[in-house]
Amino acid sequence: MIEVEKLTKNYGPVNAIRDVSFSVAPGDIVGFLGPNGAGKSTTMRILSCFMPASSGSARVAGYDVFRESLEVRKRIGYLPENVPLYADMRVGPYLDFVAEVKGIARTERKGRVADAMDRCLITDVQNRLIGKLSKGYRQRVGLAQAIVSDPHVLILDEPTIGLDPQQITEIRSLIKSLAGDHTVILSTHILPEVSMVCSGVIIINKGAIVAQGPIDTLVEQFFPTARVHVQIAGPYPAVLEGLRRLAGVLDVHDAGPQDGAATFVVESDRGRDVRGEIFQLAAQQKWELRELRRAGMTLEEVFIRIVAGEETVADDRPAAEPTPAAAEAMPAEEATE
Amino acid sequence: MKIWPIYKKEMRLYFTSPIAWVILTIFLFIAGYFFYSIFAFFTLASMQSAMNPAMARDLNVTDSVLRPLFSNVSVILLLLMPLVTMRLFAEERRSGTIELLLTYPVRDGAVLLGKYLAGLTLYAMMLAMTLFYPLLVAYFARVEWGPLATGYLGLLLMGATFLAVGIFASSLTENQIVASIITFGVLLMFWVIGWSSDYLGGTWGRVLSHLSLIEHFDSFAKGVIDTRDVLYYFDFTIVALFLTLRSLEARRWKG
Ligand SMILES: Nc1ncnc2c1ncn2[C@@H]1O[C@H](COP(=O)(O)OP(=O)(O)OP(=O)(O)O)[C@@H](O)[C@H]1O
Ligand SMILES: [Mg+2]
Repeated sequence: MIEVEKLTKNYGPVNAIRDVSFSVAPGDIVGFLGPNGAGKSTTMRILSCFMPASSGSARVAGYDVFRESLEVRKRIGYLPENVPLYADMRVGPYLDFVAEVKGIARTERKGRVADAMDRCLITDVQNRLIGKLSKGYRQRVGLAQAIVSDPHVLILDEPTIGLDPQQITEIRSLIKSLAGDHTVILSTHILPEVSMVCSGVIIINKGAIVAQGPIDTLVEQFFPTARVHVQIAGPYPAVLEGLRRLAGVLDVHDAGPQDGAATFVVESDRGRDVRGEIFQLAAQQKWELRELRRAGMTLEEVFIRIVAGEETVADDRPAAEPTPAAAEAMPAEEATE
Repeated sequence: MKIWPIYKKEMRLYFTSPIAWVILTIFLFIAGYFFYSIFAFFTLASMQSAMNPAMARDLNVTDSVLRPLFSNVSVILLLLMPLVTMRLFAEERRSGTIELLLTYPVRDGAVLLGKYLAGLTLYAMMLAMTLFYPLLVAYFARVEWGPLATGYLGLLLMGATFLAVGIFASSLTENQIVASIITFGVLLMFWVIGWSSDYLGGTWGRVLSHLSLIEHFDSFAKGVIDTRDVLYYFDFTIVALFLTLRSLEARRWKG
C-alpha cells in the first residue's frame, strides 16, 4: 500500500532523510519511530504529497506521489504534526468543507461528518470556534478531518500528542479499529503505544532507516535470548559459578552491585524459563534471593539500543548479535529504569 | 475543478474575521466623503455659472463629478486592495494550514481561483455599495448612466488587476504585512510609471504610458470602452495569476 524507495530530501544544505526505503502492506498499522529530528515528519510530508522528494520515489495506494499526486491525495487522510486548522472556523462547517474538498457528495456529507465527529468524540463542540478549543480537542478535530472521507491510507504524525490519558486510550482503539480496511502509518514518541496499536514498526535515526519489521521479530532479533534479572546476597564467586552451571543457562553477566547485593543478568534460550532452577539453587545453598524477574524485552529497549548504540538491522539478513561489550555497557533493564 | 468549496471557505473566513467588515465600512465611508465633497463643489460651481453663462459651457456631470470621483476612488483602492488580498496565502502559510490544503485532492489552480474569486466578490461588494451615492443623486438631478457604467466597469477591471497582484505577493511570504507592502509597492510603481512619459516622450514614453495602470483607466472614466484597455487589465491579471501558480509550485519544493 505504501512503497518507499531510496527517498532523499534536502532542505537546502540540510539533509533531512537519505535513501529511505520501506514498505507497508495493505491493512497494516505501522509505527514510525525515531528521535527528534530523525526525519519522520519529512517522510510523512513527502508521502502526503505536500512536498516532493529530492530524489527517490514513493508510491501510495498504487500511485506515484509525485507524478500522480492527485490520485494519491484522493486516497489519503493526513494529520500533520502541529495540527494546522483554521482558527476562525467552527468545527462543523470546517469538517463539512474538508469533506466537500475531498469530493464527498452533498447527500452523503452530513452523515460522514457526523460519523467522524462521533468517532473522534467532538460532537459536543461542533459549534465552537476551532481557535478557542483546547489542544486535545484540536488534535481530535485534526484526526476527524483525516478520517472524514474514510480514506484507504492514513498518515498520522503524532496523533495522540496532547491528549488526556482517557482520550489516548479511546483514540488508540479508534486507530486500531481502522486496521484491516485501512493502512495506517503513524509516528509517535510513546513507545508502548506502538506495541499496543501497531503490527509493525519502522525505526529511523538521523535520516536513515535503521530497523523495520513486525515488532516480535525485531525484539527477537535484538534479544535472541531470554533474560532473567537476579539479585542474590551470597558469596560472589560461588553465586556466579552456581548460576553459570545451571542447566539451560547460556551466559551470566554481572549487572553490578545494587543495595549491597550482587546482581546478575542470566541469559537462556528463548522460550526457556530458568527462574525455577535459580530459585532451587538459592534455596539449596541458603543464599538470600532478593529479586528474581524476567527482564522485559520490549520495543522500548530495542529502540533505545538502536538509537543510542546506532546499531542497524538490515532488511533481510538476521540481526547482528549485540556485542557483549554493548550489552554490558547498557543492560536492557538499566536503560529504562 | 473544485473551486467552489475553496471559494465558500474563503468567503466564510472573510466574514467571520473582522477584515471584510472593516474594509467595507472604511471604503464606503471614504468614498462617500469624496462623493459628497465633489458633488458639493459641483453644486457651487453650477450656481456660480448660472450667473456667469460663459462658464456654463464647460460644466457637465461626467467631467466635473464622475471623473474626479473615479480617480479619487482608484487612489483609495490603491491603498485598500493590498489589505483584501494579503491574508489569502500568507495566513495559510503562517498558520501551517497550507500543509493540509495542498494535500487535499484539489489542484493548485483551483485553490488559487477559489481564493481569487472570493477576493473579487468582496471587491464587487465594495463597489456595489457605493452605487448608493449616484442613485441618491439621480433622485435630485439628471445622471448620465453611460459614463457611470463604464466607470464602474473600469474600476472593476482595475481592481481585478490589483487583486491578482496582491494574491501573488501573498503567495511569496508568510507575513501579511510584507505581502501588503509588496502589493502596494508594485501597484504604486505601475501607477506612477506613466508620469515620466510626459517628459520622456518618443517610444519609451509610449511604452511606459502603456504599462501604466492609471493611464488605461482614464478612458473608462470618460465613458469610453476601449478593447486595448480591457485587454491590458486582463493580461495583467492573467500574468499575475500565472506567476502565483509558479510561486506556489516553487514553495512546495522548498517545503
Ligand atoms: N522546512 C525545513 N527547513 C530546513 N530544515 C528542516 C525543515 N523541516 C525539517 N528540517 C530539518 O530536517 C530534519 C528532520 O526533521 P523532521 O521534522 O522530519 O524530524 P522529526 O523526525 O519529525 O522530528 P520530531 O520528532 O521532532 O518531530 C531536522 O534536522 C530538521 O531540522
Ligand atoms: Mg516530527
